[in-house]
Amino acid sequence: MKVLMFGWEFPPYSSGGLGTACYGLTKGLSRQNMEVTFVVPYDVEIESDFVKLLSTNIKIKRIKSLLQPYLSSASYSTILSKKKKRPFPKIYGETLFEEVYRYGEAAKEIAMEEDFDIIHCHDWLTFKAGINAKELSGKPLVVHVHATEFDRTGGHGVNQQVYDTERGGMEKADRIIAVSNYTKQKIVQHYGIHPDKIIVVHNAIEIPEEIHFDINKQDKVVLFLGRLTLQKGPDYFLYAAKKVLGYDPHIKFIIAGSGDMERFIIEKSAELGISSNVLFAGFLEGNDVYRAYRMADLYVMPSVSEPFGLTALESMRSGTPVLISNQSGVSEVITHCLKADFWDVNDIANKIVAALKYSELHHTLKEHGSLESHRFNWNEPAKKCVDIYNSLM
Amino acid sequence: MVSLCFYFQVHQPARLRKYTVFEINNNHDYFDHKKNREIAKKVANKCYLPTNKLILDLIKKHSGAFKVSYSITGTALEQFEEYVPEVIQSFQELADTKQVEFLSETYHHSLSFLYSKDEFREQVSMHKEKMLKLFNYKPKVFRNTELIFNNELGNFIEGMGYKGILAEGADHVLGWRSPNFVYRPKTCNKIKLLLKNYKLSDDIAFRFSEKSWKEHPLTIEKFSQWVNEVNGNGNLINLFMDYETFGEHQWSQTGIFRFLKNLPTEILKHPDNNFVTPSEAVEKYDVTSELDIHNPVSWADVERDLSAWLGNKMQTESLREIYAIEQQVKDSKDSKLIEDWRKLQTSDHFYYMCTKWFADGDVHKYFNPYDSPYDSYIFFMNALNDVMGRIRNHELSKENIQNFAESKA
Repeated sequence: MKVLMFGWEFPPYSSGGLGTACYGLTKGLSRQNMEVTFVVPYDVEIESDFVKLLSTNIKIKRIKSLLQPYLSSASYSTILSKKKKRPFPKIYGETLFEEVYRYGEAAKEIAMEEDFDIIHCHDWLTFKAGINAKELSGKPLVVHVHATEFDRTGGHGVNQQVYDTERGGMEKADRIIAVSNYTKQKIVQHYGIHPDKIIVVHNAIEIPEEIHFDINKQDKVVLFLGRLTLQKGPDYFLYAAKKVLGYDPHIKFIIAGSGDMERFIIEKSAELGISSNVLFAGFLEGNDVYRAYRMADLYVMPSVSEPFGLTALESMRSGTPVLISNQSGVSEVITHCLKADFWDVNDIANKIVAALKYSELHHTLKEHGSLESHRFNWNEPAKKCVDIYNSLM
Repeated sequence: MVSLCFYFQVHQPARLRKYTVFEINNNHDYFDHKKNREIAKKVANKCYLPTNKLILDLIKKHSGAFKVSYSITGTALEQFEEYVPEVIQSFQELADTKQVEFLSETYHHSLSFLYSKDEFREQVSMHKEKMLKLFNYKPKVFRNTELIFNNELGNFIEGMGYKGILAEGADHVLGWRSPNFVYRPKTCNKIKLLLKNYKLSDDIAFRFSEKSWKEHPLTIEKFSQWVNEVNGNGNLINLFMDYETFGEHQWSQTGIFRFLKNLPTEILKHPDNNFVTPSEAVEKYDVTSELDIHNPVSWADVERDLSAWLGNKMQTESLREIYAIEQQVKDSKDSKLIEDWRKLQTSDHFYYMCTKWFADGDVHKYFNPYDSPYDSYIFFMNALNDVMGRIRNHELSKENIQNFAESKA
């Protein structure tokens, strides 16, 4: 079977969980003998070792566009203005929605050129592309929801145009894949979709190669790794850190990631008087991500609204215990971790201290968590996708 | 002749509240009084009160032919006294019939036998006093927490003067033998061992309302037929279960009360059947053979061993730590501190820390008031750390007094 897939990022050109998930899923699908053509909206040279890594069943298609994942319409204009300072090709549209439109138009050409049996697209920026491809080809459309506008905005200031695009894609789709029951619930609740149309396929992780790191550190380290946006709850991490440091002033808190809250978080840590214990690592990629997990004694994911939360699995696989918010999809599928409500700073701080203070707790979480993370590989989700494809043939 | 011997376990732990690390040395109240009260009231209304009334009616109706036994923990009795005193009264009414036997156990439903024989002995005698005070009853048969048993316990309990002791009739202990006879622990001289018939007990306690079970629904006719089948190849069927089976684990709607109500009449239809209490069983039946039980058995989970409480490092270490401070706690002579330390010994706290999720995990989940075994461990360890802080304060003040005395001298 041939799958035409529309995405918006793909490693190494990715900045978050979506690209990682698309990478894992396509790799899993290729093991199920699916031929996947993966379309990305940017013009980059794919390095040869990268293609080899993907296996030969996946072709990478490129479209010129400014699209980046996780953008809100407002932050798109900022990027656009930065780009304008450099030689700037006319091809870029003026707004994010123009880019979405452009991606959709390009999809029409691809739909006519390519030979495929099913269309599978990932999140709202690709939904127009998916719908166009479906209308031209008459092939079934699967939309995969990794996050909704309600997750990205925390429910405040939902952009109507984004919402309409999401809802349009969900309505036009023949089947919707949600990355968790948490997300399925949101789709039913906010988009009025019948639950029977939505199938939950939890994410997984690909086992990273054993990488050896020499970690030299004296202090206990607590890690935050994610975009510094409202959705990821870096502010709650900071408030918890303040509380923990009142108990033990030697603990170090590392914040890895960038985003529109970066300034706020840096200023806030100074205001709270904890800047000497809060270190900013910036945006990490590749092996540095795993180095960060290994260096940490605990990974905290205090997301306000997390459709899945792949980083929790990555950390557990790296042997670092995790504390995750109950408001996450991954909390549905893992048990050997600590959980708290993102707003309950006291509980988060209590659990951070406990994980560092009680070595038997740390030991049990590490051992059981690592074992548990091995249950998640991309073969299962890929098989579920194949079942969905077959049901639509 | 087949004798049916009912023993019901009545237990409620003092559950811990979400005691955070920030409260250590600031707040010494570890227990979730609200939740404990709610649960005590709920279970009293669903189970203890209606079931006690039913048992009382059945005892009266069958004038001497129907009898049962109970083991009621000290922690449960304290909660009844505080939150639902009518439960105490209803047990006292049962005691007055003289058809009810009360068993001996550790006051705090603890694992103390495995860690400290002194503490074990003290808790058993605390429980004995409570039985005497509330029910004017002197127990003669012993049951250990969660039916944990091995030869060593048999010897110890024999030494304390008991004539009988209860244990799980686990397959790996019995082998080809039947639980429907009286045994003696290999290392003991006098004490008799009564073994739970786990098949027939669990048919009521666990499977009664299980729709996927091929025998569902369990009618009283079917059950008495299974009992009658024992006639000729056994003389005693020990039906040991949690009392909360009636109305709490098996809800009233499942028909469990109707089943219990009809049980004595149906069983007694067969002229060779009767009901006995554990003491009577011990009097009535001779030892068939010896059993050599070196490794502890229990009635928990499919393993029927100690793995529900000692299966991971959090459990073994927290148990080790709580008994490591025994002497210091007792030296403090602080009765509130000693009481809190003992309440922390209740086996349930360690059961909640169990990480054997899959298969048995659902049972653990049902009984776990916390979200995860890790949370249970955190609250427990925070409380234990506060206990340690209180010990240090006692030791410091003792030193201060000494220093003061010396400086005066």
